[in-house]
Amino acid sequence: MSVSHIAPAGTAAPPPAAGTAPRAIVEVRNVTKTYAGGVEALSGISLEFPEGRLTTLLGPSGCGKTTLLKIIAGLIPASGGQVLVDGREVKGPGQERSFVFQDFALMPWASVLRNVAFGLELRGVARSEREAVAERHIARVGLKGFEHKYPHELSGGMRQRVGLARALAVDSKVVMMDEPFSAVDEQTRRKFQEELLELVAKEGKTFLFVTHSIEEAVYVSDRIVLLSRRPSRVSAIIEPKIVRGDDPEKIRRDSAYLDAVEDIWQQLKRYLD
Amino acid sequence: MVIAGYQLPMMAALIVWAVLWEIVGHTEAGFILPPLSAIIVRVFEIVPTPSFGEALLITGRAFFSGNAIAILVGIPLGILMGRSVIADRLLLPWVNLFLSAPLSALVPVIMVIFGLGETTIILTVVLFAMWIIVLNTRAGVKAISPSLVEMARSFGANEWQAFTRIYIWAALPEILAGIRLGVIRAVKGVIIGQLLVSVVGFGTLFEVYQSHFLMEHFWALLLVLFAFAFILNELMARLEKHFGYFAASR
Ligand SMILES: Nc1ncnc2c1ncn2[C@@H]1O[C@H](COP(=O)(O)OP(=O)(O)OP(=O)(O)O)[C@@H](O)[C@H]1O
Ligand SMILES: [Mg+2]
Repeated sequence: MSVSHIAPAGTAAPPPAAGTAPRAIVEVRNVTKTYAGGVEALSGISLEFPEGRLTTLLGPSGCGKTTLLKIIAGLIPASGGQVLVDGREVKGPGQERSFVFQDFALMPWASVLRNVAFGLELRGVARSEREAVAERHIARVGLKGFEHKYPHELSGGMRQRVGLARALAVDSKVVMMDEPFSAVDEQTRRKFQEELLELVAKEGKTFLFVTHSIEEAVYVSDRIVLLSRRPSRVSAIIEPKIVRGDDPEKIRRDSAYLDAVEDIWQQLKRYLD
Repeated sequence: MVIAGYQLPMMAALIVWAVLWEIVGHTEAGFILPPLSAIIVRVFEIVPTPSFGEALLITGRAFFSGNAIAILVGIPLGILMGRSVIADRLLLPWVNLFLSAPLSALVPVIMVIFGLGETTIILTVVLFAMWIIVLNTRAGVKAISPSLVEMARSFGANEWQAFTRIYIWAALPEILAGIRLGVIRAVKGVIIGQLLVSVVGFGTLFEVYQSHFLMEHFWALLLVLFAFAFILNELMARLEKHFGYFAASR
């Protein structure tokens, strides 16, 4: 079986990756989060996210995946512990991180072009320059010709492409995605997964991904972090060693793929009551 | 309106009432309510006079500055209340109070403090127009999707950028509705203010006409003001419709 189990980071040496071991670009150190009102979402999470890889957070509903991602994004403060990105402690949002939202979070009053250029607009990049960058990324996610359309004129899948283009346009090192494909239909979703793989292979960016789907996690991830029920801890880290060829159908029938899916299911099953 | 199979335009109802008015005007009641035809003749007589022009200028100035203040103060205040729980707790009771209070009763107080001049009229307009703008803006801001705000923050927006690029636009449909309602209230404010102060703008004219029992003049002036208010409302409704498309698509 080509699935390797590794104990939570901090208690064991980092995984021996094939070839050169990538450095950890995001380090989560003993992070806890208790919401006002007393809900303890995270209890001492320690994790490392290797550079240039796609790491997925997977766990039962309400276990704190979104919470962890938002803490890394600097959108909410941790109650304890610290997060380092590129060696620097996270104190708020920063240029080296960008976020893709589950509900797309597009500005309905702005065109696709302005939405995609928004991150650069906030940074004060000149209009012609940022629009040129935005146009490139719009073309890249397959929306050429839709630059001057408004979000309500697009389908759900197209809207998420806009959200993705916006995150890519700021050229951050780390891209965070919280269930980005959960609001699109199954066909679009599969297409997105393939495009995501292509993106990871080409970009050299680090992707932090959250999903509810075990299949999706195994299909797109280099590394899967299983979280326990709230208050959340890391229960296992799984690295599906899937050889990704050109044929997506082949992967979904691949024994390594199927084994990993089964293995994760067995582990998550105990969190169901 | 459809009568005997014919589609009658909206104006038809208006014509019925105009005819009724004309008839009543030719009876005994004509002393209080002169015939419409006579009033319309007066309208054309009054409008070109310098005293009317001056009243219009003063009223217009007070109306526009009052509305401008109400908008410029009302929108940021509404946004503040929509975002800060503390500000909301502190201010909401007052806003609701002023929104429902009989504001005319406060005009004499303003008069005592600021005298019988334009300042009083402007403040009256502000007092009438502002609260509904505050309340609507607040409602609009409260309805903003939290992820839109998070999005802006995640891309590094500071407070000012969030204010000018997200909050105002996201709440725009509600803000515009608030401004339209505010403008209509401002018409009441400017007229009531002038009637109570009665030495500026149309207030003077009303005072003069009334004291000399010039009922035709009096009604003519009212007619002009009603027409103004109506046109203003229509213009605002158009503007709102223009921005309505994205309200529906949110
Ligand atoms: N703002 C908040 N205030 C209080 N409690 C919160 C808040 N946000 C989340 N929680 C609680 O914290 C826990 C973790 O929430 P979180 O959204 O991070 O879970 P999740 O793993 O993303 O869930 P899902 O899989 O359903 O998206 C939940 O029990 C939730 O109710
Ligand atoms: Mg979540």
